[in-house]
Amino acid sequence: MTAHRIELTLGPLLFHWPEARVRDLYARIADEAPIDRVYLGEVVCGKRGPRVATALAEAAERLDAAGKAVVWSTLALPATARELRASGELACAPEMVELNDASGLAQRQPGAPFVAGPFLNVYNEAAAAELARRGCVRLCGNVELSLDALAVIGANCPALELELFAYGRLPLALSSRCYHARHHGRHKDACQFVCEQDPDGLDVRTIDGEPFLAVNGIQTLSYGVHLADAPVNRLREARVQALRLSPQTGDMVEIAKAFRRFADEAIDPEGLRRAVLDATPPARLVNGYLTGAPGLRAVAIPRESQP
Amino acid sequence: MGSLELVCPAGSPAMLRAAVTSGADAVYCGLRDETNARNFPGLNFSPEELADAVEWAHGHGARVLVAINTFARAGHVEAWRAAVDTAVAAGADAIIAADIGVLSYLRDSHPGQRVHLSVQAAAGSPEAIAFYADAYGVRRVVLPRVLSAPEIATLTSSVPVEIEAFVFGGLCVMAEGRCALSSYATGRSPNLSGVCSPPEAVTFERSSSALTPRLAGLAIDRFAPGEPAGYPTLCKGRFETAGETAYLFEEPVSLNAMGLLKALRDAGVRAVKVEGRQRGKAYVSRVASAFRDAIDALDRGETLDGYERRLSDLAEGGRETAGAYRKRWR
Repeated sequence: MTAHRIELTLGPLLFHWPEARVRDLYARIADEAPIDRVYLGEVVCGKRGPRVATALAEAAERLDAAGKAVVWSTLALPATARELRASGELACAPEMVELNDASGLAQRQPGAPFVAGPFLNVYNEAAAAELARRGCVRLCGNVELSLDALAVIGANCPALELELFAYGRLPLALSSRCYHARHHGRHKDACQFVCEQDPDGLDVRTIDGEPFLAVNGIQTLSYGVHLADAPVNRLREARVQALRLSPQTGDMVEIAKAFRRFADEAIDPEGLRRAVLDATPPARLVNGYLTGAPGLRAVAIPRESQP
Repeated sequence: MGSLELVCPAGSPAMLRAAVTSGADAVYCGLRDETNARNFPGLNFSPEELADAVEWAHGHGARVLVAINTFARAGHVEAWRAAVDTAVAAGADAIIAADIGVLSYLRDSHPGQRVHLSVQAAAGSPEAIAFYADAYGVRRVVLPRVLSAPEIATLTSSVPVEIEAFVFGGLCVMAEGRCALSSYATGRSPNLSGVCSPPEAVTFERSSSALTPRLAGLAIDRFAPGEPAGYPTLCKGRFETAGETAYLFEEPVSLNAMGLLKALRDAGVRAVKVEGRQRGKAYVSRVASAFRDAIDALDRGETLDGYERRLSDLAEGGRETAGAYRKRWR
C-alpha cells in the first residue's frame, strides 16, 4: 500500500481578532503556507460575525486565488434567530460546508456533501455511519477522541475522510454565558467585545497559580497547546487524511511548514515539538487525549497502539 | 391547559418507589453501566431490577423513562444496543438518548418505541429539534439549561414535539454534551464515560488554616475552617484570571425554578424534571412531594408563594438560582 499524502488544513479562527490581524493571517496563509484547505467563518460567537465578515470574504477570494480550498464553517451554538439564519445560509448553500451543530444538519439539503466539525458529537462508528448516510464526507473528530477511537471509526467508515485536530488550544466547552463579559463585570448583551483584548484567550489558573484553561467569550479552551505529535505511522493506521491547525498568535506559516515536514516524515515528533515551540508564544504542549489520557498531559506516544 | 408532568430521578429501585409514592408522574433511571450519564458506583439498575421496577411503577400509575444517554464508545457500540434491547424488553415507557448512533439503532430496530431526546444532545433551537424529530421520530426533547423562559415559549410553539425542562437540582453551566473540561483534567467526562468530575479523582487536603478540594490534583476551591465546602465540580470552582480570584464560570449554586412553574406551563412545557439520581431516597421524597404540591396548587389556580422556599436547604451550599431561565444570567 502506498502511503497517502496527509493534507494540512487551517481550522476556523476561534478568537476575536481585529480586522487587520485577520487580513494579515489569511494573506500570509494564502501566499506562504503549505496549507491545502482553509475553514473560514465565526464559529464561537454570533455577535462577532458581522465585525469580521468583510475581512473573511476578502480572505476567501485571496485563498481561492492562491489555490487553497475554502470551506465555510457554521456556528457551534447558534441560539438567536439571527445566528440560526447565519448558520442556515451557509448550510443551505450548494458549496461544501463544515457543520458544527445539529441545526445545520436539518438545514442542509439531504445528501448534499458536508464536513462534520469537531463540535458535533460523533464518538463512534455508528454515529459516523449515520452522518455519512446524510452526506458527510469528512469528519473532524471531537478533541476528546483517542487515536484508537478514530481508527475504529476509520476502519468502519472507509469512505469517510478523517481530519484530526492537531495544533492549538483545545476547544473544550461552550456555554450560553459569556465568561469574558462576566470577568469584566459586564452582561453578554453589552460586552463591548472585551474578548478582543485576548487574541489567544484569557488565561485561567487554579487558586494555586497553576495554568489550566483559557476563556474565549462563551468558549472555554485548554491552557495547554495541543500538539498531535504521534508517530506518523500511527496517524496513517488511524486513516487520518488531514491535520487541522487552529490559528493562534504564533507564526502559523512556520507551524504549517513544520507540520508539512512532519507529515512527509522529514522530521520526527521531537523535531515537530521543537519547531512548534520556536513559532508559538510561550506555551505548554499537551497531547493526552490522543492516548485516552487526561487532555492536559504530555505523553510519549508509542509507535505501536497499546491495547 | 394540561397539568405539568413531574419527572423525578431514580438511582435505585428504592429511590424509584420513593419518588412515585411522593407524587412523581414519571421516573427516569439507567442501567448499571456506562450507557447512562450518572455512571457512579452503587447506583442504577440491573436488567432484572429494571423489569421489576417498570412493573411496579405501572401498577402505581407511573411511567418509567430509561436513560441510555451517553455517547457510545467507538468499538463498543454493541453495549449501547444491548442496553436499548434490555430497556425495550423491560417495557420502558420511553428511552432517553442523545447519540445519533443510538438513535439510529432505535429507529431501525425498535420503530414503535417512544424516544425522548436527552439534554446531552443540547438541542435548543427549532432547527436542531426538527432534525431529531424528522430523522429519529423523537417525541419529546429535554431542553438544555441555557434558554430563558420567553425563549422556551417561542420555541415550544414552533416545534412538533413535547418539551421537558429541568426545574431543580444540579446545574450545568456549559451547554450539556458540549463540555470536555472534566476529561481534560481527569480523563473521564460526561460524553466519554457518563461522569463529570469523577469521585475517584477527588481528594480533600486539610491544613490548620484551609480545606482544599482537588480534582486530579488541581485545586478547585479553598475554604476556611468551618466554611461549608462542597463537592469539587470543575465548573463551580474558584479560579484566577488576570490576578483576580473568583467563581469564573458559576458559583456553587443549584437550580430551583419552582417560582417559574407557571411561566413554564404557560410557555407550553409538557413536563418538568428534577436532577439528582445520585442523591438518594430522602432527597427525592422531599423534592417530589414539594413539586407535586406546587403543581397541584398551580392546577387549582393558586399562587406558589408558599412553596418556593420549601427546598432551599437541599441546594448545594444552600444557594439557589433560577439559572438561565432569567436572561440576566448570561
